[in-house]
Amino acid sequence: MKIRFKLFAGLTELLPPTRKSNVVELEVEDGTSVQQMIDLYRIPPRNAHLVLLNGLYIAPAERPASRLSEGDELAIWPPVAGG
Amino acid sequence: MGWNKKVLRVDLTAGTCTSEPLNMEWANDYLGSRGLATKYLVEETDPTVDPLSPGNKMIMSTGPLTGTMASTGGRYTVVTKGPLTGAIACSNSGGFFGAEMKFAGWDMIIFEGRSPKPVYLFVENDKAELRDASQLWGKTCWETEEAIKRDHHDPQIRVSSIGRAGENQVLFACVVNDLHRAAGRSGVGAVMGSKNLKAVALRGTKGVSGIRDFGEFLKVTTEKKKVLADNAVTGQGLPTYGTQVLMNVINEMGALPTRNHKDVAFEDASKISAEAMHEKRETDGKAQLVTNAACFGCTIACGRISAIDKTHFTVVNNPKYWGASGGLEYEAAWALGAANGVGDIEALQYANLLCNEDGMDPISFGATVGAVMELYEMGVLTKEQIGIDAPFGSAEALARFTEMTARGEGFGKEIGLGSKRLCEKYGHPELSMSVKGQEFPAYDARGIQGMGLTYATSNRGACHLRSYTVASEVLGIPVKTDPLVTEGKPELVKAFQDATAVFDAAGICVFTSFAWTLADVQPQIAAACEGDWSMDKLNDVGERIWTMERQYNLAAGFTRKDDDLPARLKTEAAKTGPAKGLVSGIDRMIPEYYQVRGWTPEGVPTRETLERLGL
Repeated sequence: MKIRFKLFAGLTELLPPTRKSNVVELEVEDGTSVQQMIDLYRIPPRNAHLVLLNGLYIAPAERPASRLSEGDELAIWPPVAGG
Repeated sequence: MGWNKKVLRVDLTAGTCTSEPLNMEWANDYLGSRGLATKYLVEETDPTVDPLSPGNKMIMSTGPLTGTMASTGGRYTVVTKGPLTGAIACSNSGGFFGAEMKFAGWDMIIFEGRSPKPVYLFVENDKAELRDASQLWGKTCWETEEAIKRDHHDPQIRVSSIGRAGENQVLFACVVNDLHRAAGRSGVGAVMGSKNLKAVALRGTKGVSGIRDFGEFLKVTTEKKKVLADNAVTGQGLPTYGTQVLMNVINEMGALPTRNHKDVAFEDASKISAEAMHEKRETDGKAQLVTNAACFGCTIACGRISAIDKTHFTVVNNPKYWGASGGLEYEAAWALGAANGVGDIEALQYANLLCNEDGMDPISFGATVGAVMELYEMGVLTKEQIGIDAPFGSAEALARFTEMTARGEGFGKEIGLGSKRLCEKYGHPELSMSVKGQEFPAYDARGIQGMGLTYATSNRGACHLRSYTVASEVLGIPVKTDPLVTEGKPELVKAFQDATAVFDAAGICVFTSFAWTLADVQPQIAAACEGDWSMDKLNDVGERIWTMERQYNLAAGFTRKDDDLPARLKTEAAKTGPAKGLVSGIDRMIPEYYQVRGWTPEGVPTRETLERLGL
């Protein structure tokens, strides 16, 4: 199945050098979890700070059980804040 | 003691400057800065006063931690009755001006009356005098600061001034210090302009003395700086990416107000984001972002310093804007960009530079442009009326409107009224995205429900900095709450409102609250200030400040109906994203919020609540 994977701020560098932006379309196996994507791209736990699946927050404890579906958008940020 | 215990009172009508002791009884109840200055305003002015009349007063005030080694202890507040809202106005700024006021030996400066001619206040330690500013009138904030430093042969003078927007009484004019820090909201710059006060220039060489227990203060402020440094957000996230990193976050959540809140996501958000500021441009191979920057005493350093693309149409023939300067911060980038559909980041930086240069709040300005663009697309406003084609997304219109408003030219005079008055004038009051006449900041109340309650109940009109529940609803600080539900939000908003009032009153930056709780601030205040500054007392101080501001607004004529959101947010559901199909649940939250606060169903604090708070 296909998903859209987005790494923001300093995490963008973890995407393949062939990327054209911070968004890549990926073919992943059915049942892949959010945590598996974090591990696959070697995102340090401290830097998988804010994880949104289709815009919804996924808490660290929920990531292993959160399974991706066709067309999902997974977005990850390192520690950030604003005002 | 934390305080200098000295107030400078400036009677602009009589042209006099007098020193008086700080009311320490009030300092004990309201701490400083926002709290203490508001207490003075409440006691000394009629809440029904015309904000732009000589009867209004304007107070610049520091807190007990301002100028000290407490991290971010450089803040000062401008308190007055706001002309944009008619409510209490309380605008907070960083930079170095606040600390300089402390170094000169003063806690606050109270301006009253109106000068018969343009003047500026010059303070050098104990010496304070009004000086002729006729040569400065008509100049920008940047020109004014440069001229004052040059005339006094002292580059270390700190200047806070108004630009042409304040002189022209643009209702969202701000007071700018240190070139690109501003007491930004509610039109405090217009009040300063109405008083013929062009600038305040300070030079202080006394340092800060009188810390109650210096050894303990040194120890605890050092410990708390380490907390900021070790925290992933304040130690890494904010210095590296600044507030602007939220552009993509909030857009992904479907809570980025777009095109005057018609949409909740902006297709060009990534083009105006923090990440875009880091990318090298095709034109010159340079990134817009040059470096980060810190205000006085700050160990976070979230500020952005950027250089615009010299080939951009806005500046190609205007080299004075080519140097590195402040911006873009998230709120400005949103208001100048997504709020009116403009995805040209260089145009946003140009508009931001002009807002800094002539002293305009980019939030209210940008949001008002969004309303103008909607009126244009509806055919209510025409090119002949406004001087330019202005569909959503037009960078040319944004740039031209900024110039016109800053200079008080043509249709810019009407933009300078703010969206509420402008939309009413053209028969569509429902298109003003504001509360109490002040425009929304960068979070949609449908996708982040707590922020809707924050806006509706903010004492200074729509504002994110009175209770930044985004920290909890988006970032999980201190605990994660669901942004799409209303349950629990009245308690959350009250807690943020009261705690923020203490951070503000102390003279520190609210951004420390990403890592600090009130329990981190308390020992710093206790070490600096004489008296009892327990957690219980600080909790009371926060609630007391909030309730005092509420009482001022009620006396000024505000009622329950003013604690509301525009119909668009209550009837037009979000079209996309997680909030798709949702409207704001403000009507459910307000009654519960009043109850949590100990107010009547009409939003009036009960006698028991007032007595409990000593009001």
